[in-house]
Amino acid sequence: MVATSSSVGSGAAGAATFAGSGSRKYNYFEPRGKRATHYEDVTVDVQPDPERYLIQNWIIEFEGGKGGGAYHKDDTAAKSSNWHEYRAPDQEWERTHYQRQARIETMVQGVVSNARKAGAHKAFDKTWNKILQVHMGAWKHAEFGLGTSLMQAQRYGYTQMINNATLTNSSYKLRLSQDITLFLAEIGMDIDGWDDELGKKSWLEDPIWQGTREAVESIMGSEDYLEQYFATNIIFEPLVGELFRSGFLMQAAAANNDFLTPAVISAAEADYERNLANTIDLMYLLVNDEQYGAHNKAVFQSWVDKHGALADKAANSLQPVWSQAHSKPVSFQDVKTISHERVDQILNELGLSR
Amino acid sequence: MAITLNKITSQRGISVGEATKKIADLGWNPTYVQEASTYPTDYKITKAPRDPMKQVLRSYFPMEEEKDNRVYGALDAALRGDMFRNVEPRWIEWMKLFLAIIPFPEISAARSMAMVARLAPGEELRTGFTMQMVDEFRHSTIQMNLKKWYMENYIDPAGFDITEEAFGKCYATTIGRQFGEGFITGDTMTAACMYLTVVAETAFTNTLFVAMPSEAARNGDYALPTVFLSVQSDESRHIGNGHSLLMAALKEPDNHLLLERDLRYAFWQNHAIVDAAVGTFIEYGTTNRDKDKESYAEMWHRWIFEDYYRTYMLPLEKYGVKVHHDDVQEAWKRIVEKRYVHKVAQFFSVGWPVNFWRIEAQTDKDFEWFEHKYPGWYAEFGEYWKWYEKLSVPGEKILIFNEEVGYVYPHRCWSCLVPCLIREDMVVDTIDGELHTFAHELDRWTAVEAFSDEFQGRPTPAMGKFSGKREWETLYDGWDLADTIKDLNFVREDGKTLVPQPHLRFDDKDMWTLDHVRGHTMVSPLKTLRGMSDTDRAAHIENYRAGFSINPCH
Repeated sequence: MVATSSSVGSGAAGAATFAGSGSRKYNYFEPRGKRATHYEDVTVDVQPDPERYLIQNWIIEFEGGKGGGAYHKDDTAAKSSNWHEYRAPDQEWERTHYQRQARIETMVQGVVSNARKAGAHKAFDKTWNKILQVHMGAWKHAEFGLGTSLMQAQRYGYTQMINNATLTNSSYKLRLSQDITLFLAEIGMDIDGWDDELGKKSWLEDPIWQGTREAVESIMGSEDYLEQYFATNIIFEPLVGELFRSGFLMQAAAANNDFLTPAVISAAEADYERNLANTIDLMYLLVNDEQYGAHNKAVFQSWVDKHGALADKAANSLQPVWSQAHSKPVSFQDVKTISHERVDQILNELGLSR
Repeated sequence: MAITLNKITSQRGISVGEATKKIADLGWNPTYVQEASTYPTDYKITKAPRDPMKQVLRSYFPMEEEKDNRVYGALDAALRGDMFRNVEPRWIEWMKLFLAIIPFPEISAARSMAMVARLAPGEELRTGFTMQMVDEFRHSTIQMNLKKWYMENYIDPAGFDITEEAFGKCYATTIGRQFGEGFITGDTMTAACMYLTVVAETAFTNTLFVAMPSEAARNGDYALPTVFLSVQSDESRHIGNGHSLLMAALKEPDNHLLLERDLRYAFWQNHAIVDAAVGTFIEYGTTNRDKDKESYAEMWHRWIFEDYYRTYMLPLEKYGVKVHHDDVQEAWKRIVEKRYVHKVAQFFSVGWPVNFWRIEAQTDKDFEWFEHKYPGWYAEFGEYWKWYEKLSVPGEKILIFNEEVGYVYPHRCWSCLVPCLIREDMVVDTIDGELHTFAHELDRWTAVEAFSDEFQGRPTPAMGKFSGKREWETLYDGWDLADTIKDLNFVREDGKTLVPQPHLRFDDKDMWTLDHVRGHTMVSPLKTLRGMSDTDRAAHIENYRAGFSINPCH
């Protein structure tokens, strides 16, 4: 078959030379580096706005014209002289996202399946079984709450880059909440007397978890999408998320003969490193904004104060969990100190403090 | 009897139903702080919808990765097979328009999942919306990737290289903006459920993502079918989400009036926009004139009339929603009798200088096919396309300003943003004291009655409003055409040759430059109409409705 509609009988690059025949790069945005990355090519300006190319302005408005167009800059208290500048350091687009998520799911299922075949649960410390049901079972709701909160947040950012980074963060959180749910349900089938309902009961009623629930609900309740993103990754994750996942589940599990839980949770720690990098880069741009840096710093500091206090309360309420395990390889105070150092480092990057 | 590996390795697992139930139980009713409110709706939904698909993320992610592997493998294979040597430029040029539009509606659909996720109580369907959010992120970026791939491998990359900028500026992409912004703006239920899922995804993705790829393959393009059939395979879950939320909304009799309104608006506007664009791509972007293949009208009858209208829309009457059968019949009549798609193709080609892709003239072989499929076509459009061919040579007087041709530039519809091309159907009305033109009475109804803060006596404060400079022509009223094209940035890298060309001749000597189009002044039909006296305006409208005739091309 020949390309009959082509004057040169071919539709291939290089079949003819004419004005524009060599223009083979998206040329409507400035790449962050020397040349555009694949992520930039498939992401930048896909969510346009009147500053970048919508010459007809927004063409539909909310609430009979009272609620403005599709996206508003004032959906956050933070301000930017250029919302379009941000690029997510993890460079995530659909292909890399599915590759990573699928790899994690395959790994988790492989580990759980093999461990069950080997009867690994028989070696679990009996007290640890209870901890898994009550506390790890409660934790899955925290992850779910953050996931749905970020799902909400990804509607409101002013650019595609911000919203897609928030979207993938939501996807990671929701995956983890489901991984924990199904992991507990599956190993529960092998352990006599297992009660899958204890986690939710604990999440809703146990005083140990009420501080965490309040902190998560406060993030879910924020009407400011950037506050939701900031509070999740800059405050809650280092002070409560890593504290419980790395500081307790990952370390105490093995000491209580459970090598399964660290495998399920380890992916979350790697997720967080990516999400943290994405968040810090965005916040860094905003606190260093020539025009609005001081304003943003004040806004962020207020978020640090508000969510920091809630996270501290949540973390302190969790303390009894550390002493419930039969084998106690780490103390709450030690991991709390580490989490404080971690959050101080993060805040230091942004010129903020507690 | 041999023992199988399966018997040795199998272990008890939890059922899909049980897994879905446990995951749905992840949510709770907050008591310390209520969840942030999202955009408003006038609907009330108290019944928790079911998730018909019952899929969880641990099977979802590997499934999608596998789909991706097939897509990207096929793209590599297409290059190894030298696909672009055989691909028809007539087809790929239209992909510059299509792929400039579609990633925005896709990512808008991802955003809109945040809006519908909490409309209904219960958590089960929220899991479905979660996956749809990630799906839409997939669709948007996979389509941007396909476009980049075309840009890198197709003979003429100009137009692909400015794609997202062009989307925001072009006089044709504006209809795609109406489509995409419609998913994320206005009453949440109207936008993100009825307009997006219940109508666009359930009805019109069949023509978009199934019919169109077939035509691509006929033109040597195996990449579009690979990507878009993969995209379409996600749609069944989205259709399930929309249907489930619709069923929950139906339980409340108070919603029925709003459902009637939204089904009407969404069906009509999807028809006006999707049929305009996809109908044109399929009928005018192809070189394949096999008389045995289905025309767009025939496909429409199969996918929209038989499949959607008869099996999805009609049964809604059982639940108490008034279905406007006449609207479906009217849309069908516009496609077969009033030649809607052909008039859109004519409009897109009339305006070629302010586009960002090439449009080739239709020729004798095309005429024969069109006449076979749409008897009477030649009498109405044959001379026009001859003019188009004749005036495709640089230096000829540009078609849109050439009085010899006889084409009358149309008014723009304030509602669907496609112009008022079926001249006899044009209506006018005022909104907030300002005159507007509409392509059809249903477009007027949409803008004036449906998108209002009251509907049939019922307050609808959440409903959106059409805004902005909706008539594209207003933007460049009084401008020279050459300055307009420069301002649009539809000029190639040499600073003078136009991105759009009315032919597929890949040679500098055949290509139009700014100098060829200078000296013509752009006019806004709406501004002109508003500036007329009442008598002149009435006469103008009557004259407009009477239509025009293309003069014989000698």
